[in-house]
Amino acid sequence: MRAKVLIRPKQGILDPQGKAVERALPALGFEGISEVRVGRLVELETDDPAKLDSLCEQLLANPLVEDFEIVLDEQTSGNGRSLQ
Amino acid sequence: MIGVLQFPGSCDERDALQACERVGEARLVWHQETDLSGLDGIVVPGGFSYGDYLRAGAIARFAPAMGAVAAFAARGGPVLGICNGFQVLCEAGMLPGALLPNEGLRFVCRQIELTVAGFGGPFATEIEPGQRLSIPVKHMSGRYFAPEEQLDELESTGRVAFRYAPGQNPNGSVRDIAGVTNEAGNVLGLMPHPEHAVDPLTGSDDGLDLIRAIARQPAAA
Repeated sequence: MRAKVLIRPKQGILDPQGKAVERALPALGFEGISEVRVGRLVELETDDPAKLDSLCEQLLANPLVEDFEIVLDEQTSGNGRSLQ
Repeated sequence: MIGVLQFPGSCDERDALQACERVGEARLVWHQETDLSGLDGIVVPGGFSYGDYLRAGAIARFAPAMGAVAAFAARGGPVLGICNGFQVLCEAGMLPGALLPNEGLRFVCRQIELTVAGFGGPFATEIEPGQRLSIPVKHMSGRYFAPEEQLDELESTGRVAFRYAPGQNPNGSVRDIAGVTNEAGNVLGLMPHPEHAVDPLTGSDDGLDLIRAIARQPAAA
């Protein structure tokens, strides 16, 4: 099964990368955008989705500073990639 | 005998080895070694272990040698984590907190002043509280973070080992924290590089105190 793991800095943790992106936007003419946060996306294939929580807590995310969200996708039609 | 770990991607292990050899005997420990018998102290050096993929220190934590290091620390053996080594020890849960990307998003590389915040444990033997040390920092992810209540606990139990001197915090670390110890005091991690400050020729030999402290530990059981 294909799965996506979204990893984000926890609320309240300063995200300088997000701030830098946010500050760059007005120079490009993009106004009215705020609260930019930059995280990570991990895509993987798994035989046992039940283990993903543990995998995220132990390796993919650092639960002290990051939140993670697992998105399971059973449909692997087309070119095998699903973007939602 | 001090063991200096070497992961793929470590880059400060030679300086750490050389610094340890100034005050005692030392050897490199390859990341796949699991027999640490005969070692009296361990240095987890700086660098970019496993390319710092995912997060700094996240992969190195699973190296075969790290299980042996955790067992060594649990027996009371002194472990010193420097820079990437500090990140590895935090990821391994051997030290509290996490190291996040620098607030300024830049790699910082400069000589910096540290104050010794007054910690206990075996590392305190060579270093006095209030002492100022001039030691270089060089890192991209050195912003120390821990939740407020944990910080209060670290401070009240004397586990904040080093702070950046006022006005010199290079990375946005919470409460200017540059280094912390574990509960027993035998595991110490810091972002600045004492192994790069062992000769006045290169600016300072203040780091030798810390290297000496680990070299003078009695052998762990």
